[in-house]
Amino acid sequence: MKSRPSILISSAAIAATAVVFLIPFAFIVLMAFKDRQQSSLRDFSWPAGFHLWDNVVQVIATRNWMLVTAFVNSAILTVASVTLLVIFAAMVGFVLARRKTRFNGLIEFLILAGLMIPPAVVPTIWLLQGLGLFGKLHGLVLIEVAYGLSFSVLLYRAFISTIPRELDEAAIIDGARPLDVFFRVILPLLWPVTVTNIVVQSVAIFNDFTNPLYYLPGNGNATVQLTLYNFQSQFNTSYNLLFTNILLITIPPLLVFLFFNRQIVAGVTAGAVKG
Amino acid sequence: MTAASDTRLAPMAVPARLGARPSPYPGWFFLPAAVIYGVLFLMPTFASLYFSLTRWTLFDSTFIGFENFAQFFREPFLIKGLVNTVLYAVITSGLKVVLGMLLALLLTSHILARGYLRSVVFFPVLVSTVGVGITFTVLMHPTNGMINEGLALIGIKGPGWLTNPNLALFSVALVDVWKGVGLATVIYIAGIVAIPQDYYEAARIDGATKFQNFLYITLPLSRPATATVITLSFIGGLRTFDLIWAMTRGGPGFASDTVASVIYKQYQAGFYGLSTAGNVVLFVLIGVLVVPLTMLLNRKQGHE
Repeated sequence: MKSRPSILISSAAIAATAVVFLIPFAFIVLMAFKDRQQSSLRDFSWPAGFHLWDNVVQVIATRNWMLVTAFVNSAILTVASVTLLVIFAAMVGFVLARRKTRFNGLIEFLILAGLMIPPAVVPTIWLLQGLGLFGKLHGLVLIEVAYGLSFSVLLYRAFISTIPRELDEAAIIDGARPLDVFFRVILPLLWPVTVTNIVVQSVAIFNDFTNPLYYLPGNGNATVQLTLYNFQSQFNTSYNLLFTNILLITIPPLLVFLFFNRQIVAGVTAGAVKG
Repeated sequence: MTAASDTRLAPMAVPARLGARPSPYPGWFFLPAAVIYGVLFLMPTFASLYFSLTRWTLFDSTFIGFENFAQFFREPFLIKGLVNTVLYAVITSGLKVVLGMLLALLLTSHILARGYLRSVVFFPVLVSTVGVGITFTVLMHPTNGMINEGLALIGIKGPGWLTNPNLALFSVALVDVWKGVGLATVIYIAGIVAIPQDYYEAARIDGATKFQNFLYITLPLSRPATATVITLSFIGGLRTFDLIWAMTRGGPGFASDTVASVIYKQYQAGFYGLSTAGNVVLFVLIGVLVVPLTMLLNRKQGHE
């Protein structure tokens, strides 16, 4: 294992990943810089002029500032859903890890069901309509919470079972009231897994296309992923604007990736070692 | 509820003199999550079992028995969707296991620019699926697309990736692998670095080759990672919708339809009962395929 790095294998790997993984992104960026005429060629060429700013302005102003509305909607959706997810999932994970009751088996089963079962779309729409939540942003928030709970609870439960129970008991003996045990002793200790949860779930919810498509129809309600879908037909021939749009909605995940890479990897690999 | 939970808890953790106080592990902590999950996920799932047996307009439903399911297994384009779904899940999870394992081996070995390589492979996981789909639709254009232009440079006439009915589903699956292999890779990396170095030491003393190391140490001991990768990508593959919709909309014709895209198409067409039947079919498909699969993958866990 102590051998010197192989220059040959290293450079081959770097070259291969650059071709496979970087060129598509370079293509997006180059297209976003081109004017309409050049972008219609859809080739991998250097932009004839610097048109990024024009494209950005045009994309943002299209259809009555739809992209701005969409970014606001997506931001509200992501922040609200992730906040609720984190609190509710931490509460479930805490009691689930600490209390052994005959319901635990059932709860575990429901968690796995939530990970595996595809949501029943039309019955959900029917139910949302009955509750007056269909086509409403807060309705979609609750949907994202319902679909994301399983994953978040699993992360929290695994982490909480590594926190010694003696800590709870010490707090109780020191006079902490029952709710204090969770909110003032346990919850602050959960910070690392909370960050992981926040990062993984926000990327997933920000990138969600299917659920807004079904449960939040209408242009005024569009989320960022749906702007692509709406623009795809409209910008049939203006590829520069389509790719500028793709570039703009790739920026938030890119920022998350730059700052929270470690937490994301921790989150998605949580189950890998123990299985 | 709290009183009952106290008696159950008392002998375990809480000292006897605190027995009268409310539990520090209150049962109502389940409540907010249980209400949201129960109302918005479980209820529709149960409701789908009934509505899949009806002709349904959202306002009223007529019970028609198994007619929707019969239609699902009679119409050629619906059967096609069913076959495609399984095919897609098998192709994507198979490729992700093999490529993810190879990339993880490469990235845990002694190699330059490891951080760069890991980042580059993982980043597509975080990017919008629809954005990726649209980008590759342009790249895979039969005449104008960059992929075929690149192939032409080395004298290969590229196929119509998305326009050839026999190839469309496979092309979408390749893009799925492109986007998802980073996830498989980091899972495998976590699994491989958790293997104790002692095994490799012992194997070195016994004179094992690198290939034997892989075959007898790395492969069996990263089995939990393999199980995770296969389960995740298989379920993801069976449920996949956004990439297919962004790239082909199930076309050309019905060549790349999956159950999830059929569900959407029938919903759009107003066949709510049939769409819901599609949901139940997908649900049963996942149950029938994934449950035995996970049991098989976790079977030997005790011996390791």
